[in-house]
Amino acid sequence: MAGKQRYYRQRIRSTQALKKIFRAMELMAASRIAKARASVEAAGPYSRAITRAVSAVAAHADVDHPLTRERPETNRTAVLLVTADRGMAGAYSASVIREGERLIRDLTEQGQEVKLYVTGRRAVSYYTFRRRELAGSWTGFSDAPTPEVAAEIASTLLDAFLTDPSEGGVGQLHVVYTHFVNMVTQTPRVIRMLPLEVVDAAPEEQTPEPVPLYEFEPSADVVLDALLPQYVRSRIHAFLLQAAASELAARQQAMHTATQNAEDLIRNFTRLANQARQSEITQEISEIVSGADALAS
Amino acid sequence: MADLEVDVVAADRRVWRGAARMVSAPAADGDIGILPGHTPLLAILKAGDVRIQANDGASVTLRVDEGFLSVDEDRVTVVVQTAVEPSGDARGGRAR
Repeated sequence: MAGKQRYYRQRIRSTQALKKIFRAMELMAASRIAKARASVEAAGPYSRAITRAVSAVAAHADVDHPLTRERPETNRTAVLLVTADRGMAGAYSASVIREGERLIRDLTEQGQEVKLYVTGRRAVSYYTFRRRELAGSWTGFSDAPTPEVAAEIASTLLDAFLTDPSEGGVGQLHVVYTHFVNMVTQTPRVIRMLPLEVVDAAPEEQTPEPVPLYEFEPSADVVLDALLPQYVRSRIHAFLLQAAASELAARQQAMHTATQNAEDLIRNFTRLANQARQSEITQEISEIVSGADALAS
Repeated sequence: MADLEVDVVAADRRVWRGAARMVSAPAADGDIGILPGHTPLLAILKAGDVRIQANDGASVTLRVDEGFLSVDEDRVTVVVQTAVEPSGDARGGRAR
């Protein structure tokens, strides 16, 4: 009988310990998310300036650059998945991986051979557990990506894209990341990054005045050569920042739910423990009373 | 003559913004100076110093690495991976 009480007390203690962890994770995510959103904002001027410049060059010259050219001669495709380094973020990494798997299936059906690049320990462990080969992986920065990591990722992917097809070069690059819509909604997105479609590169905000006729220093081709890799780099950095903000928001939400769930469990177990104690007392009393009755009669 | 509106943006933040009389930057084949009324220009920058003669008389020097510069109706945008003030005050380095 006392065993039941002890069992409930134990469950309450362990749930309380878990609740503390959840609560701490929630507070950590909440304090970091402001910073993550600020860095999304802070990277805005750079990517706007670069997009504007790219569309200026594109408007001026006929764009024919290795990065914008379709490469039908290779059937290899690179896919970059952006996931978290840590769990405790609900379905955040799982939904990116699910979206990525769907993309990989579609590409395979189209006869493409997929080379997989991932960021974040969650995806690395997912794929190494399933013994799937990774062409490249980066970990350790998922909640605060720096321009340096973005540059490193971009240069690896650009190298893969510009390599000759006969030596294992890829013909396309898709990126799967999580777009930060707001604090409650983050949606996984699939973007075809390479070959670049410069016409579409002009973003949501159209400039009202026509793009002026620029002079190029030293020449339009050289400027384009230098701009496009930087453009790719800045887009990848933007994806990583979006993903970081989404990860923290998802974690905060998941941990908030977990904390509440732990509270519910504790409440339930407390009730059960009280009930067990009550019935134990009742039984003891009835034993004593019946014992006394037996002596009296 | 009108002033230049100058924006210096690095990959992760805006580094400097303000009105200026002159900007000089290390273009790929030699330093170029931009004064108000310059024709629209897109130039590749190599690593070096960008010097800005601000409107209030101050002179700002920023050490930059590769990037580019665009001039468009007296709006000058310097876009680089990183930009720091060599004097190394609080604005230098990366915003964390």
